[in-house]
Amino acid sequence: MAEIVSLAEAVRLAVRDGDTVAMEGFTHLIPFAAGHEVIRQGRRDLTLVRMTPDLIYDQLIGAGCVKKLIFSWGGNPGVGSLHRFRDAVEHGWPRPLEIEEHSHAGLANRYVAGASGLPFAVLRGYAGTGLVEQTDTIKPVTCPFTGETLMAVRALRPDAAIIHAQRADRAGNVQLWGIAGVQKEAILSAERSVVTVEEIVDSLEPRPGAVVLPTWAVSYVAHVRSGAHPSYAMGYTERDNDYYVAWDKIARDREAFTKWLEEHVMSAEGASA
Amino acid sequence: MSAVDYTSDEMMTVAAARALADGMTCFVGIGLPSAASNLARATHAPNLVLIYESGTIGAKPDRLPLSIGDGILAETADAVVSVPEIFNYWLQPGRIDVGFLGAAQIDKYGNINTTIVGGDYAHPRTRLPGAGGAPEIAASCRQVIVIVRQNLRAFVEKVDFITSVGYGTGPGDRERLGLRGAGPQKIITDLGILTPDPVSCEFIVTSMFPGITQQTIRERTGWDLVIAPEPALVAPPTESELAALRRYKAAS
Repeated sequence: MAEIVSLAEAVRLAVRDGDTVAMEGFTHLIPFAAGHEVIRQGRRDLTLVRMTPDLIYDQLIGAGCVKKLIFSWGGNPGVGSLHRFRDAVEHGWPRPLEIEEHSHAGLANRYVAGASGLPFAVLRGYAGTGLVEQTDTIKPVTCPFTGETLMAVRALRPDAAIIHAQRADRAGNVQLWGIAGVQKEAILSAERSVVTVEEIVDSLEPRPGAVVLPTWAVSYVAHVRSGAHPSYAMGYTERDNDYYVAWDKIARDREAFTKWLEEHVMSAEGASA
Repeated sequence: MSAVDYTSDEMMTVAAARALADGMTCFVGIGLPSAASNLARATHAPNLVLIYESGTIGAKPDRLPLSIGDGILAETADAVVSVPEIFNYWLQPGRIDVGFLGAAQIDKYGNINTTIVGGDYAHPRTRLPGAGGAPEIAASCRQVIVIVRQNLRAFVEKVDFITSVGYGTGPGDRERLGLRGAGPQKIITDLGILTPDPVSCEFIVTSMFPGITQQTIRERTGWDLVIAPEPALVAPPTESELAALRRYKAAS
């Protein structure tokens, strides 16, 4: 059964130095508040997994928490580059960053394999691309029925997965809706999991099309209102597109970023329980 | 601004919108592809089905989204599915008519690079965002349209990294690699439209935009470009195309 705890406690219990951690949310429901708590707790040598590193991982990379990044699209959506990510790859600041790179289809299927308890997933993908040579997690496989050559991708099994959702009930059952990305797969592939929610309610009204994660499939639930900002929670908050645009200038400059980190993450109070 | 005044980017977006027929299903990338496909839906193709990799199928935004996952896409979609589902069930089997992609670099065989420029993979001069959905969109959509501004940085003899395959090294490569879609059928730029030679698979200029010279188009291409003997002259944007495009942009 999921324990309902504070954000600080959830992160302390779920994320350790050296862990492989997936914070998911495909543009929608990105768990920013939890990411900031990981920075505040000073976690180091993390291998971070996310399809779209987005600003949340740009911030974690710039803060020096990350040893390795596993990803499939590392840009600021509609704006341009993730400058902290680029600085780490191109110049090793604040520390060198190993990367392992996929296509969206490939990385999504790595989560599916992990969630399914399989060693790999199979897809039509990657053929002829330069990506295959850069990682040992993509290999050709022959179909035992048709003889076709397809691509296998190795299962992902993160130590911890963190997502944000609209709501949970007091027993820790979680409900989310709108763009659902790979959040369910991330939670089910991970050893431990944290879900931050906009709201904790007495009981969850059934909602057609919503993803429900039963309490026994989740480790920790924390109540963090606006925990996805500047991403959003459909039905609760709007995506803060101005913040995404403004981030470009902050992240371009090491000094401006360091100042931002101090003011907006390190000095900020941990989100309320 | 009168209807006859337009920018080269507007001409490019209008030409790309015209390439989409009503009723098609279209897998849309963010930026220029999203602007063009929404323009098509607002003008001649009201039944164009827009599919974004965030899992939104049949999105009908009334303003241009900044990201592929803006709320407006989910709110207006016929269906919202998970990311594994959009790639595995919808894209992979070849159900989608056209994939609409951008590029940082593109070569004469329509291979696309969005990964690194300069140096090598481990030590790139410039690290780009990477693949996203593009490799499988390029492989599995029935056809692909690429929209990219034409200049020496983008139009190179050989891409620094193959992120998404066009025709590989030439005829027969797509079949050998098991790529089931037909590959890129058009590269639409701010100067004109390139289409692949049916025999050599090399992209050649077959249409040009008003006021663009053959010299300009050659100077902005990093390979020995072939221009068709009598390239078609593309009609400039109409008043209603420009009005619709500007309405979308103003609302964003």
